[in-house]
Amino acid sequence: MEILNYAFMQRALLAAVLVGITAPAVGIYLVQRRQALMGDGIGHVAMTGVGLGFLLSWSPVWMATLVSVLGAVLMELIRWYGRTRGDIALAMLFYGGMAGGVMFINLAPGGSNANLTSFLFGSLSTVSQSDVTAICLLAAFVVLVTVGLRRQLFAVSQDEEFARVTGLPVRLLNLLTAVTAAVTVTVAMRVVGLLLVSALMVVPVAAAQQLSRSFAATFAIAVAIGVSVSLGGTVTSYYQDVPPGATIVLLTIGAFIALTALAAPLARRRARAALAAAHPSGDPTECAIPATRRSGDEAGV
Amino acid sequence: MTEPVITLRGVRAELGSRPVLRGIDLTVHRGEVVALLGANGSGKSTAVRSIIGQVPVLSGEIELFGTPRRRFRDWARVGYVPQRTTAAGGVPATVGEVVASGRLARTRFGLFRSADRAAVRRALEQVGMADRVKDPVDALSGGQHQRVLIARALAAAPELLIMDEPMAGVDLASQEVLAETLRSQVADGATVLLVLHELGPLEPLIDRAVVLRDGCVVHDGPPPKAVGQHALPGHDHVHPHAPAGAEPIRTGLLS
Repeated sequence: MEILNYAFMQRALLAAVLVGITAPAVGIYLVQRRQALMGDGIGHVAMTGVGLGFLLSWSPVWMATLVSVLGAVLMELIRWYGRTRGDIALAMLFYGGMAGGVMFINLAPGGSNANLTSFLFGSLSTVSQSDVTAICLLAAFVVLVTVGLRRQLFAVSQDEEFARVTGLPVRLLNLLTAVTAAVTVTVAMRVVGLLLVSALMVVPVAAAQQLSRSFAATFAIAVAIGVSVSLGGTVTSYYQDVPPGATIVLLTIGAFIALTALAAPLARRRARAALAAAHPSGDPTECAIPATRRSGDEAGV
Repeated sequence: MTEPVITLRGVRAELGSRPVLRGIDLTVHRGEVVALLGANGSGKSTAVRSIIGQVPVLSGEIELFGTPRRRFRDWARVGYVPQRTTAAGGVPATVGEVVASGRLARTRFGLFRSADRAAVRRALEQVGMADRVKDPVDALSGGQHQRVLIARALAAAPELLIMDEPMAGVDLASQEVLAETLRSQVADGATVLLVLHELGPLEPLIDRAVVLRDGCVVHDGPPPKAVGQHALPGHDHVHPHAPAGAEPIRTGLLS
């Protein structure tokens, strides 16, 4: 286990575990409300934060958190008010965020797109001690929200209209989901990168769904997949010298394909078990067509 | 008359600049079962959705339990059963999980105690779905899904039930279960406002029918009785506006 002897690898593995937990934990609510690509949009907006961080010589992680939280709140506001052209407004926000990032980083003294690359695709070796502190704090917030408010977030994501009639603060919870997603993006930024972060939010949830039949089980399996692939990807990238973000995402998609292949026989077995429970004697006679029923009988009033 | 539970006075609403409600007056008293009837597009669903605050009201007043709706916070007293939609969440969820979300109104910060778990179980027993608690909702038939949505509303033990087309696309067995559930709720003193397309098996329960046409109330009184041939058991629906030569919809036993 020589991998654990290096301080930078210890930091990288810790960050990988936290990303593996938080990304699917938020992603499941985004998938449930069918906003699977929201993480991708926030990732684009966060680039402006990274650029601003370089320009103002602030911590890019904290600056990206700030800007992506603002961007997520703005997206939620667009969803409320601008119903008709919401998609256009979102597109402008996404690409504006990306362009802003490139612009700011090139304005920064000595900055170039090369600085941006490690944020776009993730870079474990450059995770600093202060990054780890920030990631730990942000991940704690994400876990607190996604686990502590799971019933409320489940209700709002499942049926917003009904949730409003139960008296839940629907708008507040929607904003909280958006902010939590934004925070998760910046947690994952150093490990998988801004352009790939959405994959770690969505694909483990999709993979977990192949096996699970309940929300709770989907949550648990998705987090387990998230932690395994981000640890696996980090270790692989150490030994094979491949980029960690891409490795993690490809492993996640591999997990999805493997679980999908596994799901078909599992579903068949469940169906057989359910049928056996319903008809212990076998031979379901009620499926037979009554002999007296003619097929083309006349219509009568 | 007992105290009013729902009061609408001169309510106007529009959807996308098209007027849908044009001055609705409606009062539902405690313990009453009121059916809201009308053709498609007459504004039944919009009226119900304006009561729960899903449709903005242009003018008029809405009161729930004597409190203006804007200031009404006691949502645990209201159980809402939305029109069953095919759109479900993007993640599998079990019957138990969906019904439990109806209990949130009675919990503090979403913490479930044993009384809350018992209420969820009781609600599932009332609609005869207690044995399906661990099944995913998307594996249910239309009628079973509707029963789950009603159990979700019942989980908070509401005094007022608002249901939007609870019988649409529901098989006969489930219709009977729903009618039975509703009967026991009414016997326990619940107030019910239902949007219905036709009275059907719920007819004996209904105290009053309010008929809407083009966003106006055209009838408010005892439920219209089926007359003549329509009153025969198992008559066929022959729709005069159906295209000529179309097969009549056969629901009956006489054919």
